[in-house]
Amino acid sequence: MRAAQDGDRAAYSRLLREITPFIRSMLRRHCSHTQDIEEMVQDTLLTLHRVRQTYDPKRPFSPWLASIAARRGIDGLRRRSRVARHEISTEIDAYETFADPAANSDIEALGVPEEVEQLLQRLPPRQRQALEAMKLQDMSLKEASAASGQSVGALKVNSHRAIKALRALIRETMQRR
Amino acid sequence: MKTDQIIDNLAAELAPVRVLRPPVMRALLWLAVVGAVGAALIFRFTQWGAILPRLQTPRVAFETAATALTAITATIAAFELSIPDRSRHWAWLPVPTLLLWLAASGLGCLSNGLGMHNADGPVGESAHCFVFIMAVSVPLAVGLFWMLRRARPLEALPVAAVGTLGVAATAAFVLQFFHPFDVTVIDLALHVAAIGLVVLIGTTLRRPLLDASDGRQT
Repeated sequence: MRAAQDGDRAAYSRLLREITPFIRSMLRRHCSHTQDIEEMVQDTLLTLHRVRQTYDPKRPFSPWLASIAARRGIDGLRRRSRVARHEISTEIDAYETFADPAANSDIEALGVPEEVEQLLQRLPPRQRQALEAMKLQDMSLKEASAASGQSVGALKVNSHRAIKALRALIRETMQRR
Repeated sequence: MKTDQIIDNLAAELAPVRVLRPPVMRALLWLAVVGAVGAALIFRFTQWGAILPRLQTPRVAFETAATALTAITATIAAFELSIPDRSRHWAWLPVPTLLLWLAASGLGCLSNGLGMHNADGPVGESAHCFVFIMAVSVPLAVGLFWMLRRARPLEALPVAAVGTLGVAATAAFVLQFFHPFDVTVIDLALHVAAIGLVVLIGTTLRRPLLDASDGRQT
């Protein structure tokens, strides 16, 4: 960690990989949901990165790391209980949708995915990056921000603009046919 | 996104950081700067003829000491709580002196016969005390939060609460030297209201002011 504080990227990468199983096993004691645990692990790593200046090399590393993981675990459980309060779980193990049957007719008529892919290439790079990360790869804002280097605010704006631009491109393509 | 990918991104954007000094040292540095400015103001503007006899009475001396200790302990607690691996029990550190301070002030009211205004002090002085505590606390809070935000606290609420208690107690301590008469019930109520308001403002604005690393922000 001391080397990481000095900017040693290789040491930092090695450290994060080594501590990830420890964080995961620690969080597993509080939560059994695999996807939630992974989200909490990622939250812990992002927080560790933000507060790495607070680690005092004269003190043991594990309690410092455990405090961050515990805090992120509590936040994760709170988030989960908040979501659970507003969502209903059903017996049906399937992704049921009740959309208007005509809703996707435009996009289906284009002959996805090749044609949509071509339209995506016509978007400005930052807009395309935001749309791909958040809508196609289903990343959270936080993950998309870490992956793209764009701020959360910029991602929201670029993704909104990308959808608007894509909609206009699809309309234009449909009219040409 | 995969955890491995996040690790790669974090490592790629890693920049060297300056390790924070131990929290007690940072707290003492803050207290030294504030103490020096406070002492300069006190020596320049205090009417020593009125204040010195008051400070020699045990109750007032005790109240002044309890106020100063609350300022010191709350500031140390705020710096400790801003670091991840420090105990959350630090939040209790200023509580005993805070209670002693309130008890000593309450005793002053009682000895004053629970009067609504003081024979020695002009009516309407209470409002000046309120304004004084607010006017001194707000700039102090801005400075303190500027120092605390370097740690990006994991839990902003206790840090903001004890930090603002520390600056409000500092303001109340300085006020003792410009308040050459016993507190009335209204005085005490307004002192407590001013301190409460400072703490309320600080805790409400904690996230932007402290650049907190709590769950809703990362």
